[in-house]
Amino acid sequence: MQLTSTLLVATAKIISGYTIRWVDCLPDTCQRIYFANHTSHLDALVLWASLPREIRELTRPVAAKDYWEKGWLRRHIAKTFNALLIDRNEVKVHQSPIDLMIREMKDCYSLIIFPEGRRNPAEEMIKFKSGLFYLAKKRPDLELVPVYLDNMSRVLPRGEILPVPLLSHITIGAPIWLEKGETKHQFLDRARTAIINLKDC
Amino acid sequence: MLNLFHQFLWAFVDVKRVLNLPFDEPTAWLIATVMLLLILASAAGKLLDGTSEQRLNTAIVRSFNQRIRSWWLMSAVLIAGLFIGEHGTVVLFGLIGFWALREFITMTPTRRSDHRTLFWVLVVFTPLQFFLVAIQGELFLIAIPIYASLFIPARIAMANDAKRFLERSAKIQIGLLICVYALSFAPAILYLDLGSNKQPNVEIDAPVTIESAANEAAQRTSWSHVKDSDGNDINRNKGLLFFFVLITQLNDVLQYAWGKLLGKNIIAPRINTSRTWEGVIGGAATSALLGALFSWVTPFLFWQAAIMAIVISFMGFAGGMTMSAIKRDRGVKDYGTLVQGHAGILDRIDSLCFAAPVFYHLTKVFFAI
Repeated sequence: MQLTSTLLVATAKIISGYTIRWVDCLPDTCQRIYFANHTSHLDALVLWASLPREIRELTRPVAAKDYWEKGWLRRHIAKTFNALLIDRNEVKVHQSPIDLMIREMKDCYSLIIFPEGRRNPAEEMIKFKSGLFYLAKKRPDLELVPVYLDNMSRVLPRGEILPVPLLSHITIGAPIWLEKGETKHQFLDRARTAIINLKDC
Repeated sequence: MLNLFHQFLWAFVDVKRVLNLPFDEPTAWLIATVMLLLILASAAGKLLDGTSEQRLNTAIVRSFNQRIRSWWLMSAVLIAGLFIGEHGTVVLFGLIGFWALREFITMTPTRRSDHRTLFWVLVVFTPLQFFLVAIQGELFLIAIPIYASLFIPARIAMANDAKRFLERSAKIQIGLLICVYALSFAPAILYLDLGSNKQPNVEIDAPVTIESAANEAAQRTSWSHVKDSDGNDINRNKGLLFFFVLITQLNDVLQYAWGKLLGKNIIAPRINTSRTWEGVIGGAATSALLGALFSWVTPFLFWQAAIMAIVISFMGFAGGMTMSAIKRDRGVKDYGTLVQGHAGILDRIDSLCFAAPVFYHLTKVFFAI
């Protein structure tokens, strides 16, 4: 298990040549939700791999069940990085993904989520799904950390299988929380702006 | 000059015989000199770092220290190459070329439909070029300028996207040409078989036997390959490659220093404000001096080494200008700052890329046997 995890991190580093920068935020093992823009299948893997090891071991990317359960290799990779797989096709009232995430987080894990809900090839981020808001509402103690992934869409764009090993860059910004009296719409807008602001800093 | 050193050398030569170093004595001296210079430069950098607040420009000190760090890395690569042999050096240069091209394409906007062409360029053509250098055919001379150059536009056309077609093809071609093709001439120097007008080197010649006397005529003409005292083959071109990289890098600094000291006439203010005619000419003159000074590691006579150094100097300048123009067009200052935290390999090797093919060909035309 340890070997494949090391191997995954090395592969992610070689393929995406990422560098990581923490802006107004320090690596910490406290419970966090890292939310990022989503342009490539590699996003979850690369962001997970770029975290310092002791944090990485306590961080679970939330990923789509239909993609990551296909085939032996993907299943194995998903298991190695301890992905929390969500069934996108079967969202039920009594088994909402938010409850599942909160249950799976226990009192130690952090999550990586992509609030756009799907990979978005366009430059502009699309509107966020409401999951982030409900997470913030049900667990107000969590730090919501915005992450901007740069150039990942060129490394492995939507619809391609082979990655081009360019250089990518990860910027991690200051955490946000749900403010008192903030509506869902306002909060999601603010979260989205938090990522956009990381582009230029 | 070597004879002068030789008086003090006995102890060192003995050590060399025991260790069986894979390079000849002049190369060993060159490495020792470079190491000493680097240690001095690092010490100076540390010292400047302490006093920079009051008297010196912090940015200049920082870039000086950055440069020294990358020189340590570069010498480590070259020295590692001396030990692991010619093919190993080619692999190391291949990695540098790959990284440089990566930086180049990361900075250059491409379209989504270029993805598969980029895959070919980075994953197929780049390693292939250095493989072709290592197998020493003529194919490495034409693989990229002909075959890759024809392949790239054709592959882009197949991607079914006509927007800015010529521009996109040219961007990818120029990146591959500069970062990979031109750079690959540096390790190709190792495979040249060179002669020399100089007398064969006395210290390195095998003891005279009947057999070696018979081979003498053939031996005398080849400068590149000599036998050490144990009869192992030594490739002296490693020293020549070291010489080339050393002069290129020193010339970069000399041009910059002369420009800062005397620079008045900026060559192209809209491209680069720190490159002046004074810097170029001063750099070329001092490089010529250094080239002559280090000529003992090359097959060149001292005046030939000086001319080579001048050529390297001008080509290095051309490389720096070209890369500045590309960076200015993209609105970035350094490839290093483009993606935070990266070393910016392209910033360091632009002059190397431009000088390598010319140095290779001049050496081949005038000295190969």
